[in-house]
Amino acid sequence: MTRFFAWLGGGFLEAVAESGRMALLLWEAAVSLVRPPWRVGLFFRQMEFVGVNSLFVVLLTSLFTGMVLALQTYHAFRLFSAEGLVGATVALSMTRELGPVITALMVTGRAGSAIAAEIGTMRVTEQVDALAVMAISPVQYLVTPRVVAGLVMLPLLTVVSDFVGILGGYLVGVKMLGINGGIFMNRIYELVELSDIYNGLAKAAVFGVILALVGCYKGFYTSGGAEGVGRATTQAVVLASVLILASDYVLTSLMM
Amino acid sequence: MDVDPIIELRDIRKSFGAQRVLDGLNLAVRPGSVSVVIGRSGGGKSVLMKHVIGLMKPDSGQVLVEGQDTVPLTERQMTPVRRKFGMLFQEGALFDSMTVAGNVAFPLAEHTRLSRREIAGVVEDKLAAVGLGGMGYKMPSELSGGMRKRVGLARAIALDPKIVLFDEPTSGLDPVMAANINELILQTRDEFGATCLVISHDIRATFSIADEVFMLYDGRIIASGPPEAVRESADPVVRQFIRGEARGPITIA
Repeated sequence: MTRFFAWLGGGFLEAVAESGRMALLLWEAAVSLVRPPWRVGLFFRQMEFVGVNSLFVVLLTSLFTGMVLALQTYHAFRLFSAEGLVGATVALSMTRELGPVITALMVTGRAGSAIAAEIGTMRVTEQVDALAVMAISPVQYLVTPRVVAGLVMLPLLTVVSDFVGILGGYLVGVKMLGINGGIFMNRIYELVELSDIYNGLAKAAVFGVILALVGCYKGFYTSGGAEGVGRATTQAVVLASVLILASDYVLTSLMM
Repeated sequence: MDVDPIIELRDIRKSFGAQRVLDGLNLAVRPGSVSVVIGRSGGGKSVLMKHVIGLMKPDSGQVLVEGQDTVPLTERQMTPVRRKFGMLFQEGALFDSMTVAGNVAFPLAEHTRLSRREIAGVVEDKLAAVGLGGMGYKMPSELSGGMRKRVGLARAIALDPKIVLFDEPTSGLDPVMAANINELILQTRDEFGATCLVISHDIRATFSIADEVFMLYDGRIIASGPPEAVRESADPVVRQFIRGEARGPITIA
C-alpha cells in the first residue's frame, strides 16, 4: 500500500518538476529572442523544416479528413433531409477543430520527433556542451528558432488545412453525392464566421509552440546514448500529442 | 609555485545524489604548461574538467580562472571567461550538420568581425596546423576518429585561446595516431602559447608530454608534480595505477 502511494506521489512530483523545467526552457527561449545576436538564417531554416516540409502530409491528411467528414455527415443528415448543411458542417469542423488539431498532430509526428532526435543526438555527442564552451547559448541557438518556427508556421499550415479540408468535402458532397453546389457553399457563408477561423488559428499557434517546445525539451534532457535518443523521441511525440489534445479542450472552452 | 596559476580549483566538492565525486579537490595549473590529470575511468575526471569550463557548478569551493572566481557567474557573465578557453571533446563533438571547414569557421563567424575571406584563411591555417589542409569540404561523418579529433582541435584553437582543454585526447586511437595527437598538444603550447590541461588515463602518453601530472583518486588530488616525481611516488595507490597492476589498494567496485 505504501509503495502504491510512493509510486503515485513520485509520478506526480516528476510531472510537476517536468512542467517546471519546460516552462523555464520556454521562458529562456523567449528572453533569448530579444537578445542579440539574431541569427536570421536559423529561423528561416527551421521554418522551412517545420512548415514547408510538412506541407504535403498536411495537404494529404486534411483532404481525406474533409472527404470522410462529408461522407459521414451526408448519410446522417439525409435521414432528416438536411443534406444542404453538409458543407457548413465540414467547414465548421475543419476551421474550429480538425484543421488545427490534425495539422498539429501531423507536424508533431514529422517535425516534433525530428527536433527531439536531433537535439538529443547533439546532447549525447556533447555538441550541446560544445556550443556552451564556445560561449554560444544552446537555448538561443537551438530552442528559440524552433519554437518561433512552430509559432509562425502552424497557423499558416492550418489555413491550408482548412481550405483543403473544405475542398475535400466539396468534392465528395457535390461531385460524388450530388448535393447542390450553390447550397453547399451558401450554407458555409451563412454559418461560418471569421471568428471560427481566427480561434482555430490561435489554437494552432499554441499547438505549434507546444510541439516545438516539447521536442526541444526532450532532446535537451536526453541521456543514455542511442537508446536515450530513441526514448526521448518517442516521449516527445506522446507528450506533445497529449498536451495538444488537452490544451485544445481548455482553449476551446475558454473561447466559447 | 612562483607564478600565479592560470587555473586554480580550491576545495571543490560535488555530489550527484548520494555519490560524492569530488571531495575537497585542490588543483593549480601553471600558465604555459601541459598539465595532465590522470585517474581511473569514471573517477570524476570529466566532472573536474566541466567545473573548470563552468558547465557544472560545484556544491562548494572556488574555481579561479586568471584569479577570477567563476562559480557565482551567470551563463551570460561566463561569456568573456569562456572566450579564454578552447576545448577538445572526447569524440570531437563536431557539428555534424556542417562541413569540416564550417565547424572550424563557426567560432570565428560567431565571435569575430572577420570577413568571409579572412575566416576562410584562418580555417585553412588551423586545418593545416593539425595536418588536415585541404580537407575542409568533407563532412564529419566521412572522417575517422583521429581525424575528427584533429578537426575538433582545429576548432578549439580557432580563436587562439589562452587555455585549451583536452578530454581523453588519445582514447580509442591507434598508437601512431595517439602519438600524433600528443605532438599536436605540445605544438598547441609551443606555437600558440596556450596552457594545456589534459585529462587522460593513458599513462604512457601522459608522461611523455606532461610538465605537471596530477593524480585524481577518491575525489581529490593525491599526488602532483613533474612526471619523474610522480613516477617515483611512494604512495601505493599511485604506484599501482602507474604500473597498471590488478592488485593493490585500488579495488574494482
